[in-house]
Amino acid sequence: MDNLKPVDVAIVGGGWTGLMMAKEITTRTGLTVAVLERGIPRKTSDYALDMDELDYAVRLRMMQNIAEETITHRHSLRDPAVPVRQYGSFLPGSGVGGAGEHWNGAAWRFLPSLFRLRTYLTEKQGATRLPENLAVQDWGVTYDELEPHYWRAEQMMGVSGKAGNLNGKIIDGGNPYEGPRRNEYPLPPLKKSHLSVLFEEGARKLGYHPHPAPAANLSETYKNPDGISRPGCAYCGYCERFGCMIGAKSQPSNTLLPVLQRRKNFELRTGCWVRRIVHKDGKAAGVQYIDAQGREMFQPASIVVLATFTLNNVRLLYLSKIGTPYDAAAGKGTLGKNLTHQVEGNTRVFFDKPLNAFMGTGGLAMRVSDFDGDHGLNGSEGLLRMGMIGVLSNGSRPIATFDAVPRGSAKANWGSEWKAAALKWRDRNATIALSGEHLSYRQNFMDLDPTYTDKFGDPLLRFTLDWTDHEHRQSEFAKEIAQKIAPAMGAVRAEPLGGRARYNVINYQSTHIQGGTVMGASPESSVVNRYQQHWDMQNLWVLGASCMPQNASHNPTLTILATTTWAADALIDRYLKHPGSVA
Amino acid sequence: MKRREFLTLPRQALGGLLLYTLTGEPFRISAQQDGTVRVPLRFFTEAEARVISAACERIFPSDASGPGATEAAVVIYIDRQLAGPYGRDKYRYIKGPFVESYPEHGYQGKETPREIYRQGIRELGDGFASLPVEAQNQTLAAIEKGHFFQMLRMHTIEGMFADPMHGGNAGLIGWQLIGYPGPVMTYRAEIDKHYGVPYRPKPASLEQIIGRKPVAWEDEKA
Repeated sequence: MDNLKPVDVAIVGGGWTGLMMAKEITTRTGLTVAVLERGIPRKTSDYALDMDELDYAVRLRMMQNIAEETITHRHSLRDPAVPVRQYGSFLPGSGVGGAGEHWNGAAWRFLPSLFRLRTYLTEKQGATRLPENLAVQDWGVTYDELEPHYWRAEQMMGVSGKAGNLNGKIIDGGNPYEGPRRNEYPLPPLKKSHLSVLFEEGARKLGYHPHPAPAANLSETYKNPDGISRPGCAYCGYCERFGCMIGAKSQPSNTLLPVLQRRKNFELRTGCWVRRIVHKDGKAAGVQYIDAQGREMFQPASIVVLATFTLNNVRLLYLSKIGTPYDAAAGKGTLGKNLTHQVEGNTRVFFDKPLNAFMGTGGLAMRVSDFDGDHGLNGSEGLLRMGMIGVLSNGSRPIATFDAVPRGSAKANWGSEWKAAALKWRDRNATIALSGEHLSYRQNFMDLDPTYTDKFGDPLLRFTLDWTDHEHRQSEFAKEIAQKIAPAMGAVRAEPLGGRARYNVINYQSTHIQGGTVMGASPESSVVNRYQQHWDMQNLWVLGASCMPQNASHNPTLTILATTTWAADALIDRYLKHPGSVA
Repeated sequence: MKRREFLTLPRQALGGLLLYTLTGEPFRISAQQDGTVRVPLRFFTEAEARVISAACERIFPSDASGPGATEAAVVIYIDRQLAGPYGRDKYRYIKGPFVESYPEHGYQGKETPREIYRQGIRELGDGFASLPVEAQNQTLAAIEKGHFFQMLRMHTIEGMFADPMHGGNAGLIGWQLIGYPGPVMTYRAEIDKHYGVPYRPKPASLEQIIGRKPVAWEDEKA
């Protein structure tokens, strides 16, 4: 093993959080920062050649190579786990920028109540009425504390949207149920697709409050506070699973990287696969990795920042033997607990007119938040929390969307009858979808698999995860609402999809995987403190959605950026001056 | 060395824009006087290609609603996918032990797409391509719940609608069929117009749009 020259800060992972932390540190201090990214370099000029549905959206070219590392899954402690052999329910990205390159661009803030959900639900329901296996907890950080950090992230990206709550004043056309914002969005909302307009008009007829989703796809040319200028979105429909060929979708490669490349104290090493955080006497000493040439390296560092996707954040702590593994049977320990995904509930709607749905962009969504959090719930639904309901116009590509036909229109899903139906309905269907909060439960967690290994022979991460009655109820409630909205928006048919099925690893749901290194008020309940500093190792910081104790209805990217600059302020302004716990 | 296999296809069957689709590497053709083209195969034997081609035609037939798998050269698409990294499971987790599990865990088997096809073709039988259409449909109906058929069905849709750089969608016939314009660079002036009426720009391939030849993943050097 080669010992490299020490750096001040070693950051594991070159996605949104790793590069954001690198930018803060290299801009505000003279510390040397090395980012270790296991994937390939990426830049905007690569992406025009990549507008190919087959290689990128079907064969998943931007994702981690699942042959090298995957996870295993079981539904409960009683079941054996098997590997996820091909991607399905979520898609971890690889390369500089990580999943922040191939995302859609949905740039939501979380609801204020989500950050103090244990307290909120206890106040509202009474402690005795909460399910015994409910594991939700307060984050330790509040919406009000994060508000300025949300605003920093929105300005950095150039989020397009319409405020619905400006300093407590409710604004028509925005989301009236959002947390109070101090500023209007940096850019106006995106243009509306036909589907957006149909949903907006239909929902309004029913008395709901439809609003455009905040999008990190620029509605106009935008120059951010770092001086980075980018063009407005072209609505080409190649966002999700693609990088943006003009840089209109905010990605780490077109927002943070151009700033970092000017910093002399910044270094980005690609092809570097970190296998262990090396530590001694309760202090991180650096990271051990295999470089692009296959050599084993040790990078000494005074501070280590773990900034990979949820899965690898948790796994690296397990493999490095840092923290107390969660014991689900005993309900003790913290590392790996509170695994959450996202709750869905889809209804396919059919129209008699075409939608021209090939036009669109990743963040182009129209939503109602009238049932978000616990708004609009009267207690009879058996629900603690719900989510947002709406439609997305992110560009329908031909392979993925060919197969939607109304039930009963063909005897088989092949042959002349099916083909004629699929041709007829291809551009005349859409999905009214739920993006629902996923509560955390004691039985859903991550640990190491005893059987299956990665390409180096290290154990894979194991998911123990299944839906409960609450998620099925969320899904069913959303489908009931969709049955009302569909006719109001002019749909000729509305068919609920899916049923009370167990968690499956095959069908894409979202790449919103949370938990495992959750933040919180005490070492007994959390892996990191409210500044995302590890309780047991004060020169180790952990960033990203792995720190979320439960999932929101909203997509996590903006919140992981806000919590990253929140952590960066504590690290730079306080920890560097007085190394020790900042909690 | 393995004998080079070719699939001979009638020109008229292959959409209207054959010359565009079938020019240059790696899709080299040697046009014959009799109005056929001989396409070099990478994975299938000619006999296997004929079986798969016939099966794809039943899944996505050429009929009153428009052209189908034969005109789009779907079999050429599948041949290249199987010859490339996908066909040998370069991007699937293939460490053991291999165990049966719940349907929610998807395909857990050891066999690669290449092996699944070879087995599937054996089961369809050498004579499949020359069976009457009704008999072909009955044969496929008997296996329609199986993994091979589901894979073949998905690949047929892919071969109809993937960019022609992958060998199918010959002459952009799949995109013409559904009115998909291809990877057009901007709809900024169009996205909020054409509400409720079909907007169907003439399709173009990625190569036509960017003016450079993109390299398909299956064609990259390992």
